[in-house]
Amino acid sequence: MNKDILKQYAWLFRVNLIVSAFTFGGGYVVVPMLKKHFVTNRHVLSEKELFDIAAIAQSSPGAIAINLSALTGYRIARLKGAVISCIAAILPPLILLSIISAGYQAFRSSHIVSAVLLGMQAGAAALIVDYITDMCRIILKKKSLFLTLMVPAAFLSNLVFHINAMLILILCSVLCLFKVWLHKKRRCQTCS
Amino acid sequence: MLLNLVRLFSTFFKIGLFSIGGGYAILPMIKEQVVLAKHWLTSQDFTDIITISQMTPGPIAVNTSSFVGIRVAGIPGAVVATVGCVISGFTISILLYRFFQKKSDSSYMSAVLDGLKASSSGLVLSAAFSILLLTLFGTDEHVVLSSFQLPAAILFGTAVLLLRKFKKPPVFVIVFTGIVGLLIY
Repeated sequence: MNKDILKQYAWLFRVNLIVSAFTFGGGYVVVPMLKKHFVTNRHVLSEKELFDIAAIAQSSPGAIAINLSALTGYRIARLKGAVISCIAAILPPLILLSIISAGYQAFRSSHIVSAVLLGMQAGAAALIVDYITDMCRIILKKKSLFLTLMVPAAFLSNLVFHINAMLILILCSVLCLFKVWLHKKRRCQTCS
Repeated sequence: MLLNLVRLFSTFFKIGLFSIGGGYAILPMIKEQVVLAKHWLTSQDFTDIITISQMTPGPIAVNTSSFVGIRVAGIPGAVVATVGCVISGFTISILLYRFFQKKSDSSYMSAVLDGLKASSSGLVLSAAFSILLLTLFGTDEHVVLSSFQLPAAILFGTAVLLLRKFKKPPVFVIVFTGIVGLLIY
């Protein structure tokens, strides 16, 4: 096997292991982490590609963080890359939870543990805010009022009205489909 | 033993397949399967896992599968339950990705992808808002101004600055905030 390919596999494994071990506060924190490694440092993905991947990972069943790892691995080294990335992403929680499962009473009541984790929560919040700033910039670049308004609409319907995330995703895709369909229909009427 | 492994796999496969949208929306599904149907955990155990999941890395579905798997059938149990939990998302997301890649020239496909991106941004924003409230006020419901946590707010501001202005890597920021947390709380 080619040495460069082996090196790439090792790099994928290492990056996903690190990212997974530091993902506190939900799958969304993974995206800015992956962006740092794949887009900013190595340039193996464009920001738009990562953004596409994030949308697909979220629209698939299962944990978003795992899907994200699998997809970036797949994009870089096909199926083998996906399997390697996925295993690396699963290992930290698998090992940690197995240990905790053995002695979780002691873990739960530790002040040191909860202080560290409380601090990390602020870091996780900052990571997400950083990511959203970049994301909104990409959407604004499209200069479509329709898409721009979709962001606060999805935000409010999820946060305030507690509408199921999947429902929001499906509804917005259907709306976009409908818009293109309408657009095409109108154009056909004017040309005929 | 083998029967337990098969049961673990099929239960967590179901959980993985139907946990669409991620986050805490899938908790009722896990509870129904693991606590009510299979009696692998008590209600109290389950609440504890949610707390632990908030403090440890990894998605809550994966955390639950590892935790339950090791209790029911040791290390093989943890592995089997976790694989069962992620396999459907793994397969379906790759199939979806290939599908979008092949059809990326179609205006309908790119319209769907645009819609997914815009709405998923809104969903991420909603998740961010909850985490931010949790950090600044200690709760994400019934927020009152008097419970505002100034140290957390300063820590959050510093973290944003480190990320955007000084371009520090995310792992550095997380470790940094963890250490500061240890010192101030």
